[in-house]
Amino acid sequence: MIKIKNLNKHFGSLHVLRDIDLNVGKSDVVVIIGASGSGKSTLLRCINLLEEPSSGEIWIEGNIVDRRKKNGLNILRRDVGMVFQHFNLFPHFTVLGNITEAPVQVRQMDKQQAYESAMALLEKVGLTDKAHAYPSQLSGGQKQRVAIARALAMKPKVLLFDEPTSALDPELVGEVLAVMKQLAAEGMTMIVVSHEMAFAREVGDWLVYMDEGKIVEVGRPEQIFEEPRHERTKTFLSRVREPNNFGKREPQVFTPRTGKGENRELATGAV
Amino acid sequence: MHFLSDLITYGPFFFKAMQITVLLTAASITIGMAIGLFVALLKISKRKLLNRLADLYIGLIRGTPLIVQLFFVYFGLAEIVDFGQFWSASIALAVHSGAYIAEIFRAGIQSIDRGQMEAARSLGMSYPLAMRRIILPQAFKRVIPPLGNQFIIGLKDSSLAAFIAMDELFHLAQRFAASTFRSMEFYAMGGLYYLFLVTIFTLAVNALERRLKADEI
Repeated sequence: MIKIKNLNKHFGSLHVLRDIDLNVGKSDVVVIIGASGSGKSTLLRCINLLEEPSSGEIWIEGNIVDRRKKNGLNILRRDVGMVFQHFNLFPHFTVLGNITEAPVQVRQMDKQQAYESAMALLEKVGLTDKAHAYPSQLSGGQKQRVAIARALAMKPKVLLFDEPTSALDPELVGEVLAVMKQLAAEGMTMIVVSHEMAFAREVGDWLVYMDEGKIVEVGRPEQIFEEPRHERTKTFLSRVREPNNFGKREPQVFTPRTGKGENRELATGAV
Repeated sequence: MHFLSDLITYGPFFFKAMQITVLLTAASITIGMAIGLFVALLKISKRKLLNRLADLYIGLIRGTPLIVQLFFVYFGLAEIVDFGQFWSASIALAVHSGAYIAEIFRAGIQSIDRGQMEAARSLGMSYPLAMRRIILPQAFKRVIPPLGNQFIIGLKDSSLAAFIAMDELFHLAQRFAASTFRSMEFYAMGGLYYLFLVTIFTLAVNALERRLKADEI
């Protein structure tokens, strides 16, 4: 379904993605984990060309992704939905407006039809009562569920999730994961960048561990969790499981904050 | 008392001149907004050449006095194409305020979170469509206060059209002042009419801002 071949991405002199190869089959749920700065989000953003790869190929359903092809970019993005960490709902539209906007404007769907399918999607994410609310009136979890419904409205063949629960209050994470779990059960192809290890284990078909722009390890979640093949994966997982275990990192020094001036130094100093 | 009775006596004349001022301002603001939006889009374009063109326009306009621009259009361009008094003044004022409005729009567009464009694009919307449906409506809402300010400046700048003998407020005040030798009264009277227009306009902008804020954000 998705084939990534030899993908590289540079930001100036920074080499963020190094020779990435990844295959994602139909209905697979692939969870990408890794420390921040490991390139997971960049990889995801390369798949729908929010970032342009420096080299390499991405194939989606047998078609190579090429932004130079006439309208190729917009056609690609109709098939690849994306859910963002910060939701990025359109604040000037209601929930319904957010969901129907792209189907009406891009797919030229009839307004009534778009409305009906939007309501069906809202039912799926459990938010029919919020159809006429504005995003600012929703909680984070509700916003993210609307964002998922919005992405689904374009009937994408694959959904990308960029840390969908990272900006949520802990008690709201569950409702979003439940929706994602349901989608996975319905056979949606999903690539998820996430720190939710329980979700990765329960819902993920494949787990990808990335570090310093490289894919270190790919495997079944249980295998990676039980017996990671690489030392780096092991260290990372132990840190995630026991957040207080800083491993080989230097011990954190407690700096007393006394005055405003010192605070400012803390904020801007070389940390 | 004398001033009040003058205000009534000369009211009809000033009222007519005020209409011209309003028309002139409306025309120049409308055209100026169109120019400003267009130039703002050039400025945020990824193409360097378009950025430079926008910078050149803004630099030229901001670097020269409005009165020079007005005379250039009315007297200078008249050798090639004659727009007539009203349109010469409108065009000069529009081209002038367009440069400032462009900067206002650019700042407004750039103040919208990048995620909005990314979300729109990831839904398959083209750049122009995302601009029109997602970015500009939000940006427009944010720039209403500075835009209103710019409109007020435009309204008062329209008084410069007196120098190409347009019968707007200032020119009328000038004529009465000269013919009656009562400068104080007539310039005060002219000023009052501007003050009246600006006040009405400020109230309208405030009301619009409140109404748009009521929705969300």
